[in-house]
Amino acid sequence: MNWRRIAIAAPYLWLLVFFLAPFAIVLKISLADPVFGQPPYTQSVSLDSFAFLFTDKIYVITYLRSVLMAASATFLCLLLGFPMAYGIARSRPATRSLLLMLIILPFWTSFLLRVYAWMGLLNNYGTINTFLLWAGVIDQPIPFMYTDFAVFVGLVYSYLPFMILPLYASLERMDLDLVEAAQDLGASRSRAFWDVTWPLARPGVVAGCLLVFIPAIGEYVIPYLLGGPESLLIGRVLFDEFFVNLDWPLASAVAIILLLLLVIPIVLLQRYQARDQEGVA
Amino acid sequence: MNRQSRFIVSILAFGYAFLYVPLVLVVVYSFNDSRIATVWGGFSVRWYGELFRNEQILDAAFLSVRIALTSATIATVLGTMAGLALARFRRFKGRTLFSGMITSPMVMPEVITGLSLLLLFVALQQTTGWPGQRGFGTITIAHTTFAMAYVAVIVQSRLMSMDESLEEAAMDLGGHPLRVVFDITLPLIAPAMAAGWLLAFTLSLDDLVIASFVSGPGSNTLPMYIFSKVKLGVSPDINALATLIIGFVSIGVFAAWLITRRKTS
Repeated sequence: MNWRRIAIAAPYLWLLVFFLAPFAIVLKISLADPVFGQPPYTQSVSLDSFAFLFTDKIYVITYLRSVLMAASATFLCLLLGFPMAYGIARSRPATRSLLLMLIILPFWTSFLLRVYAWMGLLNNYGTINTFLLWAGVIDQPIPFMYTDFAVFVGLVYSYLPFMILPLYASLERMDLDLVEAAQDLGASRSRAFWDVTWPLARPGVVAGCLLVFIPAIGEYVIPYLLGGPESLLIGRVLFDEFFVNLDWPLASAVAIILLLLLVIPIVLLQRYQARDQEGVA
Repeated sequence: MNRQSRFIVSILAFGYAFLYVPLVLVVVYSFNDSRIATVWGGFSVRWYGELFRNEQILDAAFLSVRIALTSATIATVLGTMAGLALARFRRFKGRTLFSGMITSPMVMPEVITGLSLLLLFVALQQTTGWPGQRGFGTITIAHTTFAMAYVAVIVQSRLMSMDESLEEAAMDLGGHPLRVVFDITLPLIAPAMAAGWLLAFTLSLDDLVIASFVSGPGSNTLPMYIFSKVKLGVSPDINALATLIIGFVSIGVFAAWLITRRKTS
């Protein structure tokens, strides 16, 4: 059957050429040495770029900072997203669809402009400081902007919907009678939550956390616009090594290490999504 | 309906305020006459006028829309094929790799996707001479690649939740497999394809990082223009632009919500 072969081959080839092959090129260039010229790398093979990444403390620290920042943003998204998803899943059907629409809506507006909105809120003459000064709570503006705090708020704000949607999907599917049964049998509310609700919601928790953590770790726009010179994250380092320092091998090496860090979470996410798809069928 | 606890209701209120207050403030300040974005200087729509007189913004917006239309369309064709293949052809060679390549672009950090595609284009140019210059073509290819993943997942999950018996019945009645696809399957998954196209279109319009990598000198997309401007701080005409986008999207999403709600009730 020919058309079946075409339906598989066309997207397959596209992805092989434009998704998989590029990684091979990144790997190859990460093993070259930078030179001054066009293209700015040699054909030789060496591990110098990787060696440099691990000897210069700044890179190791930046990787760790990125992981830590992404992890803490993920945690706060979960802390805020779980009760929200729970509330949405347990509300009346008419309200529920409205609440859900309001979670999805920011998705469709520009990511860049949503980050930009926080610049107006957080800067020294911004809305928050103006309000606090007016209310007499402070008499000097608090420098929120260009700090780790601003980056953190930006991450939580931008990625919160990615946490809520999978959480909602698994909480909505859950049978409420199970919680009631547990309570009828004498379980306390917290016991019923940890023994019944939480295990049933776990696929959503895992999917939501990975959907926030993986893209957040390489985030470029948020640290650039809201962060200061000391809140360096690895996405920004990669971008600058490439465009500012023109060190293609080093930028490629940064990408390879970042990819290695993300292999396990990405495979985990795919496992969960595959199981989820099977569950629907 | 069970009553929500006070804790849940207050978290919901806080969460929605957190999501929407920044957007509302941008809308409010877009009507501010003052050049200093946070000092209120009276109501005015002058920033909207400046927006439409700004050739750079208009050019960038035109390029972005062209890229989004093209990439969303190609992505919908390829993504639908991929979704069909994953949902209906249970076993074929390289299926694991295929489904891996479908889901990975969705979570891959943008800096990695952007860098790897640019290096591919550079390598291709050295060996084959194509692409002669980077811009519309290379950005369209990049956007197609990550957007088709979203289309594929949407189409696949629609097919998974759908009964195969209609297609099987048509086959049993002697329908040619390809005709069955066009007469039965495609009409049934049309809503999913439409949703996928819209998502692909939006993602393309929204992308900054990948486009910054794969575009060449002289081709600025709208997000690239916005970024170069907001790097320097809050600016009133960007507030106006943001308001237009927020308004447009809100109307669209709200209309879609009303239509689906009427259908279900």
